[in-house]
Amino acid sequence: MPLSLLPLQAMYEPVIGLEIHAQLLTDTKIFCGCSTRFGAPPNTNICPVCLGLPGALPVLNRRAVEFAARAAMALGCTIQPSSIFARKNYFYPDLPKGYQISQYERPLATEGALEYTGPDGAARVGIIRVHLEEDAGKSLHEGFADSERFTYLDYNRSGVPLIEIVTHPDLRSAAAAAEFFTRLRAILVAIGVNDGNMEEGSLRCDANVSVRPAGETALGVKTEVKNLNSFRHVQRALEHEIDRQIAALGAGNRVAQETRLWDAAAGRTVAMRSKEEADDYRYFPEPDLLPLEVDAAWIGRMRATLPELPDARRRRFATEYHLPDYDAGVLTQSMALADYFEKTAAAAGNAKAASNWIMVELTRKMNELGIAVEQVTLAPDALAELIALVDRGEISGPVAKDVFEKMFASGRRASAIVEAEGLRRIDDEGAIAAVVADIIDANAGPVAQFRAGRTQTFGFLVGQVMKATRGKANPETVNTILRRALTGQEHTGD
Amino acid sequence: MNAAGIREGIAQGKTSAVEVCRRSLDRIDAAAALHAFQHVDRDGALARATDLDARRQELTRAPLAGVPIALKDNMCTTGAPTTACSRILEGYRPPYDATVVRRLRDAGAVIVGKTVCDEFAMGSSTENSAFGGTKNPWALDRIPGGSSGGSAAAVAAGLVPIALGSDTGGSIRQPAALCGVVGLKPTYGRVSRYGLIAFASSLDQIGPLSQTVRDAALVMNVIAGHDPLDATSVDVDKPDYVAALTGDVRGLRIGVPRHLLRDGVEADVTAAFDRAIDTFRGAGAIVADVELPHASLAIPVYYLIATAEASSNLARYDGVRYGRRAPADTLTGMYERSRGRGFGPEVKRRIMLGTYVLSAGYYDAYYLKAQQVRTLIRRDYDRAFDRVDLVAMPTSPTPAFPLGERVADPLSMYLADVFTVAANLAGLPGISVTCGFSAARLPIGLQLMGRAFDESTVLRAADAYERETAWSRERPPHYWS
Repeated sequence: MPLSLLPLQAMYEPVIGLEIHAQLLTDTKIFCGCSTRFGAPPNTNICPVCLGLPGALPVLNRRAVEFAARAAMALGCTIQPSSIFARKNYFYPDLPKGYQISQYERPLATEGALEYTGPDGAARVGIIRVHLEEDAGKSLHEGFADSERFTYLDYNRSGVPLIEIVTHPDLRSAAAAAEFFTRLRAILVAIGVNDGNMEEGSLRCDANVSVRPAGETALGVKTEVKNLNSFRHVQRALEHEIDRQIAALGAGNRVAQETRLWDAAAGRTVAMRSKEEADDYRYFPEPDLLPLEVDAAWIGRMRATLPELPDARRRRFATEYHLPDYDAGVLTQSMALADYFEKTAAAAGNAKAASNWIMVELTRKMNELGIAVEQVTLAPDALAELIALVDRGEISGPVAKDVFEKMFASGRRASAIVEAEGLRRIDDEGAIAAVVADIIDANAGPVAQFRAGRTQTFGFLVGQVMKATRGKANPETVNTILRRALTGQEHTGD
Repeated sequence: MNAAGIREGIAQGKTSAVEVCRRSLDRIDAAAALHAFQHVDRDGALARATDLDARRQELTRAPLAGVPIALKDNMCTTGAPTTACSRILEGYRPPYDATVVRRLRDAGAVIVGKTVCDEFAMGSSTENSAFGGTKNPWALDRIPGGSSGGSAAAVAAGLVPIALGSDTGGSIRQPAALCGVVGLKPTYGRVSRYGLIAFASSLDQIGPLSQTVRDAALVMNVIAGHDPLDATSVDVDKPDYVAALTGDVRGLRIGVPRHLLRDGVEADVTAAFDRAIDTFRGAGAIVADVELPHASLAIPVYYLIATAEASSNLARYDGVRYGRRAPADTLTGMYERSRGRGFGPEVKRRIMLGTYVLSAGYYDAYYLKAQQVRTLIRRDYDRAFDRVDLVAMPTSPTPAFPLGERVADPLSMYLADVFTVAANLAGLPGISVTCGFSAARLPIGLQLMGRAFDESTVLRAADAYERETAWSRERPPHYWS
């Protein structure tokens, strides 16, 4: 950001609303029986319906409605007893019917909100609507010998069910938008309606952005920024767009209402089409489908299938396990991590220790190996056993970390490693006193320094004792005995 | 030549499916001047008939075993040309059968070919076919009606006993009337639209054209019924339509909207209609006047809704995936040339009208308003059916008009549907049966409309009328027996 913008930035407030498209994890498409599997050879998961052949008709996949309703409920929306499919008419080669079946005036669900505690504290982002629609196919503009002259089309994706989630313009910074998007993704993944895979396009984001003078309540002129297909892109693109708009206003220019495309390579948004050039989609109710009617009993059944959502789980972790808010927040960022924690805590009988192990050692290990918790082979009950060994005083903390590494590498149980390698903690005062005596004898210099008042050498001597016992000595006992030996006192105090 | 007789003859071994099929194909060849067929599947039909003869034993209960049937060229048949008589679909062969086609095949029918229609079923004279129109077997210089003109002419000329048509605003009933045959438009949702090339989705319905009401009932027994592939097809009980033909109309209440018959109806038509009503009265039916206050709005409402839906339904013909593509340097250029050359003038007119109707700023005034009036028209009929069992009126205000007469005047062409569009807007069943002839010896049709899903009563009354009169046994000058 150019420094010259800094004072200007403080004078303006960004206002951001997001439109998120999420593919639903149904086995089959929304209006036909074709598979939704990603990565199949081009044009193999197609039929007359999703190819838009003459005479073919759509039939609604109830499973897609269930998934959409679950998502809408997880976002606190009201499911409408009757909603209507509508045709959005526009020409594009990957849109086989010349219209997309979507919902317009009467969407499946309306007015909800996502509430969470983010880095800047409590956040609430209102949801205007959640509606069902079909995805289009894919235009392949490059990668073929004759791509200069032809565009190839793959209709495998045509008819894959989507939900569109539209937020209120409640977000006030690029970072807040990225944070919200992260939270939303976690929820959609947690309830099993979306795989969260942005590279494959199963989760896509557009943003409506405007800025207004700080303190102003009326909204400024907005632009729609498209193609924000990762968390990083959401943040970078919005930062850029906000700066661009502020710079324009600061220079006395106006922001044009238009659609802009995020060019990730160039790191900027570029104008795509102006308001005047915008398509008239000529929406009208889809005559090939009946209104979508759902009754209260069905809505109740759908609600019952919802798992505990991340924010509720975070609050429960804090109260039920007496975890610090920070721990609860980290552990509930993904369903799988939270599950791993709960299993470990239950088996170990020590939630805080389980939390520490998962947040520190396990996370370090996962980062090191570049894997997600789902790929961790160390079972929660195995980790719990390790924690229990520490809690029972059978191994020391330093040894436990060593055992953890070995468990991860070998898949062996903690107790087996401790047994085989003789790692049990040494509590025997006589045995420790013998080692302490050896260390005092071998380190005349540091001992003399300590006795002369340079007490910081105490830690060095403790380390020597621990090293000599390969970390197995009970550190507290070592402290006590060493201090006694050095000072000649019976007790080292408290 | 009727289906019931053919089936009987084959079952009793008096004839064979191959013999019947060959005779039908020969007549179709002989009647080439009518240009009723867009495509004749000689080899496929004969192979199918041969197969049926080989399996005669197991087909004794198949309701249409060995019956030759023609399909309007807007119904999809696997591997056989299906063009809706449009250049844009020239050479297109669908990879699947329409549900009605599958049901006909399962019932033992032999599909002999595809009949000519107005392009995408848009028209009332079959003159809008991109590949040449059909002539009326009663007078070769006249139109057969439309848009299912080829189906009506094929049945009227004795080429096939049964043909299927589709009816969006009268496209089965009006050509049936003008060619002197029976044409039934079922209740919306009674027959699956899966595989019917859409014109206006909320109005389109497939139905039979035949020489007798009994044959129409026979076909309905086969093609009617819920289809999981069409979300608008309705899952209601399907009666035995043939068994409903009791010949008894005593006590049946027939409503006549006299106020609609004052203007614009030719005298011969009015006279024939009045005689038909007298016949019903004589057979024991009770005739009463009914009011349909919004009837005069039916044509404008129809042309707003039908064109709006058509503009969207026809968007898929873009030259990208199938049908004709006119190459160009740009995508937009390719669209414009493919569609510009692929669609005929009437189709373009309706796409433009429908696009306008749905445009931002006009939607409320046109499309939404039309939907509201559509509801009023439906209520008119609901009220009428509180008092009567059927509503009767002429099918068409005039007999068949001369070829070319209305081509340059779309509005006069649109008025040919003045009595038929209401049944589509209200989703009601309607039938046309011959009720007399004009001074020029052109057939005149009587239309009977019934309550939703009450095709039985419509068919029963039409059958009773057919028994009371001899009109359905009149043959046109161009008839092959």
